Amino acid sequence: MISKNTTFWGYRRENGRVGVRNHVIILPVDDLSNAAAEAVAYSIKGTMAIPHPYGRLQFGADLDLHFRTLIGAGCNPNVAAVVVIGIEDGWTKKVVDGIAKSGKPVVGFGIEQHGDHDTIMRASKAARELLQNASEKHREECPIHELWVSTKCGESDTTSGCGANPTVGNAFDKLYEVGSTLVFGETTEITGGEQVVVKRCRTPKVADDFMVMFNRYQDVVNRHKTSDLSDSQPTKGNILGGLTTIEEKAMGNIQKIGKKCLVDGVLDKAEIPTGPGLWFMDSSSAAAEMVTLCAASGFAVHLFPTGQGNVIGNAILPVIKICANPRTVRTMAEHIDVDSCALLQREMVLDQAGDKLLDMMLRTANGRLTAAEALGHREFVLTRLYESA
Amino acid sequence: MIHFVLHEATDTVAVAVVEGIKPGADLTAWIMDDDKQFPIRALQEIPIGHKIALKDMAVGDTVLKYGTDIGRVVAPIKAGEHAHVHNIKTKRW
Repeated sequence: MISKNTTFWGYRRENGRVGVRNHVIILPVDDLSNAAAEAVAYSIKGTMAIPHPYGRLQFGADLDLHFRTLIGAGCNPNVAAVVVIGIEDGWTKKVVDGIAKSGKPVVGFGIEQHGDHDTIMRASKAARELLQNASEKHREECPIHELWVSTKCGESDTTSGCGANPTVGNAFDKLYEVGSTLVFGETTEITGGEQVVVKRCRTPKVADDFMVMFNRYQDVVNRHKTSDLSDSQPTKGNILGGLTTIEEKAMGNIQKIGKKCLVDGVLDKAEIPTGPGLWFMDSSSAAAEMVTLCAASGFAVHLFPTGQGNVIGNAILPVIKICANPRTVRTMAEHIDVDSCALLQREMVLDQAGDKLLDMMLRTANGRLTAAEALGHREFVLTRLYESA
Repeated sequence: MIHFVLHEATDTVAVAVVEGIKPGADLTAWIMDDDKQFPIRALQEIPIGHKIALKDMAVGDTVLKYGTDIGRVVAPIKAGEHAHVHNIKTKRW
């Protein structure tokens, strides 16, 4: 059981935030710069390239989100230092300047007028120095409330709603009590349970803000849908696992916010919370997109319940998998960090399941690699709002 | 052993939490919120994670799980039968 005196060992960054990993990342601004970024990471062992497919001819709110996500990922406390590579200097500098505001070591390189070879050489020299400096950073003992924890479930089935998700909810209730910063999201996946969330909002203003975001996403679905979304929400995997309707999936989904904690505020995508408490972030329910947004919002560890066995990880966030489906735990054991099956056989009470998860969360924060990290899952998926120009 | 789980006593469906549920066997359901158990018999095979109907339901009836409306019945369901996308649909979208 955790208390306000519980501690973990983390890396304190220049802006005071605490991370649980010490990554030196090579961050492309755009799709064109992936090759150079990967070449640098190949050359300087121990750095990590984070390739992605976007960053050209985006505009307006979609471009703002692109920058917010890249800058947020660079500022994440799990990251010690950043090398930014872009096709040209302007947007590269924008990302570098955004990350530099956190006080973190960051350098940027534009490819135009240099070519890949010269860029890779210059960026590798910088990456080598940043990596060696980062390797001298030490973990220090930090109070548990400084650990920011996010959650999102995936490939859910009915065991998620009665086992794995309530396990996360129990952990969230306990983390909320000690003053942690917490987030949940998956806007469409609350459909049918939105009034449950509304009732949990701390003030009418928070409830109104939540409903604005909820209704906005419903409008997106209604504008683009060609059916009742029966193959997308729930997904084919959800249906195979026994989930029948979006309302059933939503009621299972919101078990992750426990029974006690209140929603203290809402965030736009990749927006950074301004204080402790439970936040709702408007976000896609696609696993890699949502977890990437959590990384960009500054969260340091992620709790991911699954039923049918989602294999997701993230480049920056350790993703801890919880499962209460005995078939999945048997057939996909290498992906599961915490087995909550005993809950559904009445051999363990929810309080014990929550404590077991918190124990694994603290071990992970202290340095234990998650299953997803050990398996090399480094998903980093940027959310797009609409077409490029 | 617990074979089916339901969240609240008012739920009209329960979830299979073990593999290999066959028709006719004497099985046990557990109401999590009340921590009460009751005997149950399946009329069909129910795969793990899938739901069994706890009462007879007619087209148009509301299905309750978590004590909440999770959709409407679109084909008649007998107590003990498999309840899923072939006989239940969302009320949304």
